[in-house]
Amino acid sequence: MSVASREKAASSAAAPAPRTGLSEGKKQERKLGWLLCAPAAIVMVAVTAYPIIYSIWLSLQRYDLKFPDDREFVGLANYATVLSNNYWWTAFGVTMLITVISVSVELVLGMGLALIMHRTIIGRGLVRTSALIPYGIVTVVAAFSWRYAWTPGTGYLANLFSPEGAPLTERASALAIIIFAEIWKTTPFMALLLMAGLALVPDDLLKAASMDGASWWQRFTKVMLPVMKPAILVALLFRTLDAFRIFDNIYVLSAGANETSSVSMIAYNNLMRGLNLGIGSTMSVLIFLTVAIIAFVFVKLFGTAAPGSSDVDGRR
Amino acid sequence: MAINDRHPQRRTLRARALAAGAATVLMAPMAACGSDDGGVPVLNFYNSPVENMQSVVDRCNQEAAGKYKISYQVLPRQADDQRVQMVRRLAAKDDSMDILGMDVTWTQEFASADWIREITGDLKQEVESETLEPAVASAQYNDKLYAAPNNTNVQLLWYRKDLVPTPPKTWDEMIKMSQQLKGEGKPYQVMTMGAQYEGLVVLYNSLVASAGGNVVDQDGKKAVMDEGAVKGLETLKTFATAGVTSPSFSNAVEDDVRRAFQGGGGAFQLNWPFVWASMVQEAPGLAKNVGWARYPAIDANTPSKTTIGGSEQAVSAYSKHPDLAFEAIRCLRGPESQLYLAVNSGQAPSIEAVYNDPSMNEAYPMKDVLLEELKTSAPRPRTPAYQNLSTVVSAELSPPASIQPQQTADSLRKSIQDAIDSKGVLP
Repeated sequence: MSVASREKAASSAAAPAPRTGLSEGKKQERKLGWLLCAPAAIVMVAVTAYPIIYSIWLSLQRYDLKFPDDREFVGLANYATVLSNNYWWTAFGVTMLITVISVSVELVLGMGLALIMHRTIIGRGLVRTSALIPYGIVTVVAAFSWRYAWTPGTGYLANLFSPEGAPLTERASALAIIIFAEIWKTTPFMALLLMAGLALVPDDLLKAASMDGASWWQRFTKVMLPVMKPAILVALLFRTLDAFRIFDNIYVLSAGANETSSVSMIAYNNLMRGLNLGIGSTMSVLIFLTVAIIAFVFVKLFGTAAPGSSDVDGRR
Repeated sequence: MAINDRHPQRRTLRARALAAGAATVLMAPMAACGSDDGGVPVLNFYNSPVENMQSVVDRCNQEAAGKYKISYQVLPRQADDQRVQMVRRLAAKDDSMDILGMDVTWTQEFASADWIREITGDLKQEVESETLEPAVASAQYNDKLYAAPNNTNVQLLWYRKDLVPTPPKTWDEMIKMSQQLKGEGKPYQVMTMGAQYEGLVVLYNSLVASAGGNVVDQDGKKAVMDEGAVKGLETLKTFATAGVTSPSFSNAVEDDVRRAFQGGGGAFQLNWPFVWASMVQEAPGLAKNVGWARYPAIDANTPSKTTIGGSEQAVSAYSKHPDLAFEAIRCLRGPESQLYLAVNSGQAPSIEAVYNDPSMNEAYPMKDVLLEELKTSAPRPRTPAYQNLSTVVSAELSPPASIQPQQTADSLRKSIQDAIDSKGVLP
């Protein structure tokens, strides 16, 4: 800790333009920047803050549309109910599992795909386009085709892999299929972000490394990965947040049956099907908090570790 | 791109066609609104997709002679999706819904939420005097009538006469027969709905009612789960693990079961009467060999009790034309409409007199068994929280093979109580 802060202090002292001594022009420029983005920021706050505050307010009430006369303020009772409930924690575990597995598999596959797309010389456009097709298909449509494929009788995959069972009705296989559909769908997105990162790696650097006798693996781990780190972190952050909110694949494939609900799915069920605004909003708020924590962890812990985004450079 | 540039004329033509197309699309909704003109109030009738319902609507519009015009708005196919769409609109006080075609299980909830209007006057008299009693009971909340049953329903046992000469009377008997057929290498499956949804709750409710048990008390305020309810769990477990169900049992809904049976793999099918009309049309060869019988019982000496289904019509609390809507319902659910839908769409009438019509004999050959079952049918737990209760029950019972009777009963008792107190978390 102290070593790091001393280093930071040393580096900021060495910087040519310390933060306190901004020139007049710089100050004006920054002010203009704030003015220019103010309208967008205000609109954003208006459309996001209101629903967030409203759901926090709802989460503090017993508010069930079925019993309109029983509406009352209950403080944090809904949080106690949800946080002590098994369904919630099962859904939370399922969501975490899907997030961790799908994002890590996607990272590996996406990296492979990005390298291939980056390297192809013949039919580059065709290769890139065909790799992107899964991402271009609407998730719900793709999910329906997976569902039919895995339904016994009509589905080719179900008949092939488990002619005697119904994979979508058993927890383990249903989860595997959901994760598979998720990976199939979003690996191209990961690949796209990583390909942008690959473009950051200067060819000279790679050439120099190979002149020094670095093997392909060494070039990959010692040159490409460090340079790509910001791109990788952005890709991971986007995908983690996205995967954590998974809804459509589950909705279509298993509808959350047999303990395959994600947190979004369970919040939907309580709000839209159960008409229980209190409990449903409590879940929404909890999902919001979790997403905020994930984003915070990524940005704080990994964000500053990325080259090119240290305090001093970032401010300039 | 390059080709287009060489033919600038073609490009303008295409652009013009596109613009015209866009204009048509944009104007279409306005044209739809325009149908309000001429002073004829439009009554939007939201209902599940029912074959030939449009003909009923057309006839009622003709009878109305310009007093109102009913417009049939088709909801999604699955009951859950239908309810979600309706509920979402009602919660937003959408005044474009007038007549609501509802599943029997929604009435208590919608009435408790003040979303539908109480039925009084002529229509009430009509409904209460001519409709089968269990159907009327399902349309009441706190002893007031909130909906008009337009059809009713119970499941029957459909069996292959060429495989089984006499239909089984009890679940045990049916399972034994099926196992024997399996041993002989013949079609043997017992097909019914076991997916994690309302259909599974209906199956369970029929078992509980047949065993003389209760899930909740009379007022719908307290979870009971008595001996009969545990017996129901035991039977369901036995059935699911006896090796007589289809592999997709725990994922099957009504239509899957109907199609699978028509495909010829099953010896028994427990399903609603709608399967008969489809079977006659789509698999006439098989239909010749299919018979029907009363739903199997738990105990050989106690007749089975089957869960009552069906749909009802109510008027939205936010309708702009409530009086006209009630009038329209009189036509939509009247004897003539019910007879038409019974003959053409396989919907069991809720008006007893309709069963006496001669044209029922041909289209509804199973009507005697049906009426007999209907008159003794069992309601589902009567509480505004029924949907939540149903979701929790279907989750705990799914997959049925994993039920541990006593243990499942205990955890159900707690979850059901929570659902009733709106403290419950839905899975």
